[in-house]
Amino acid sequence: MSTTAAVGRIPEIVQRHERELLAEWIQLQISAMGFQRDRAREDELTDQSRRFLRHLAGSLQSGGASADIRTPAWAETREFLGDLSRSRATLGFSPTETAGFIFSLKQPLFARLRQELGRDPDQLAEQLWTATMILDQLGLYTTEVYLKGREEVIRRQESEMTELSTPVVELWEGVLALPVIGTLDSTRAQTVMENLLQKIVETGSSYAIIDITGVPTVDTLVAQHLLKTIAAARLMGAECIISGIRPQIAQTIVHLGVELQGVATKSTLSDAFAIALARRGLTVVSLNGGGSPRPAR
Amino acid sequence: MEQIPILKMGDCLLVTIQVDMHDRLAMTLQDDLTSRIAETRARGVVIDISSLEVVDSFIGRILANIAAMARVLDAETVVVGMRPAVAITLVELGLSLPGVRTALNVERGMDLIRRDAHPEAAGPAESSSGRSQG
Repeated sequence: MSTTAAVGRIPEIVQRHERELLAEWIQLQISAMGFQRDRAREDELTDQSRRFLRHLAGSLQSGGASADIRTPAWAETREFLGDLSRSRATLGFSPTETAGFIFSLKQPLFARLRQELGRDPDQLAEQLWTATMILDQLGLYTTEVYLKGREEVIRRQESEMTELSTPVVELWEGVLALPVIGTLDSTRAQTVMENLLQKIVETGSSYAIIDITGVPTVDTLVAQHLLKTIAAARLMGAECIISGIRPQIAQTIVHLGVELQGVATKSTLSDAFAIALARRGLTVVSLNGGGSPRPAR
Repeated sequence: MEQIPILKMGDCLLVTIQVDMHDRLAMTLQDDLTSRIAETRARGVVIDISSLEVVDSFIGRILANIAAMARVLDAETVVVGMRPAVAITLVELGLSLPGVRTALNVERGMDLIRRDAHPEAAGPAESSSGRSQG
C-alpha cells in the first residue's frame, strides 16, 4: 500500500468521536507529563490538542484527501504543527515531548477504529495501517521542524557570540586594541580581521594591538590567522603589535616552529600600548615630576 | 589609448588609480612609471589605490614589480589607501607584497617618503612616524 491510499472511513470516525478522542488524548498527554504538570501547561495543551484535532479532521475531510501529508489538503495541519514544534523548540521541550504530542494520539484513535470496525478484520487492518502512516508522517514532520527550530537557535547564538566577542576599541587617537577572547577558528578569524581592518579605515589608525590573553591555545592555524590579519593590516598601512602572550603559548609557538618575525610582540597590553605611543612620538608623563612611570620598552 | 596620469610633486611622483585596472593598463603604468622615474629622478612614488575595488594576483604582482623596479632606480614606493576587502584578498592569495611599503592615505605616504629623503629634518623614525599629532 502506498502513501497515496485513500483515508477510507477514518475521517468519519474521527468526526463522530471527536469529543471522546480529545478527552482521552489529553488525559494521556497529561499523564505523560509526569511530575512537571501544572495548571497553565495543561490548559495550553488542551487548547493545542483541540485545535490540532480540528485541523486533522478538516484535512481528512477535504475533498479527495489522501493519506499523503505533503498534499495541499494537509497544508493547514502542517502549518499548525510547524508553529507548535517551533515554539516547543524555543521553549526547551525535548524532541520526545514534541513528537509525543502526535504519537500519543495513536492509542485513542486506534481504540475508536477497533470499536467501529471490529467486526471486519480486513478493513480494520487496512484502516489501522493508514492511520499509523498518517500519524507517523505527522510525527516525523514535527521532529523535523523541531530540529530546524533548534538549529535556528544555535545559529543565532553563534552569530551573537561572534559579534560580541570581537570588539575593536580605540585606546588613543591612532591606536586600536583588539582583545581576542576564546578560540580563533576560521570563521571568527575572518570576522576579527574584517572588523579590525574596517576600524583602521574608519579611525585612520596606524597602530593596532592584538591582545591574545584570552586565547586558550595557539596552534599553527591560529598563528596563521594572526599572521594573515597582520599582513592585511600592513597592506593597508597599519602596524600590528601582538600582546598578552603567556609563557605556555610562547613555548607552543616555538615548538611549532611558527615564525613571528617582523611582528612586535609584548607580554602585556600596557607594554604594547607604551610602544605604540612611543612610535607615535607620545609619552606618558607623571604630573608629580619625573618621566614616564613606565619605561617604553 | 587609456593612460593613468602620473603627477610630479617635488621629488615625488603621485599615481592615483581611479579606473578599474585591467592587465594592459597595468603594464602601461609600469612602463610609464619607470620612464618617468628615470626622467624626473624622483626619490619616491606614491600609488593611491583607494578607489580600486578589485585587485587580482596579476595587479598585485605588477605593484610588487613596480616597487622593485623603482628601488633599482633609487626611488621608494609607497602603496596607499588599500581597502580592507582588497587587503584580505591579497593575503588570501598569498601576496603580502613584502617589498612594498604601505600607508593609510596619500598624506601619510608622502610623509613617509619625505622622511626617508631627509631623515635629519624629521628626526628619529621611531619617535615621529610623521602622523599629525593630536
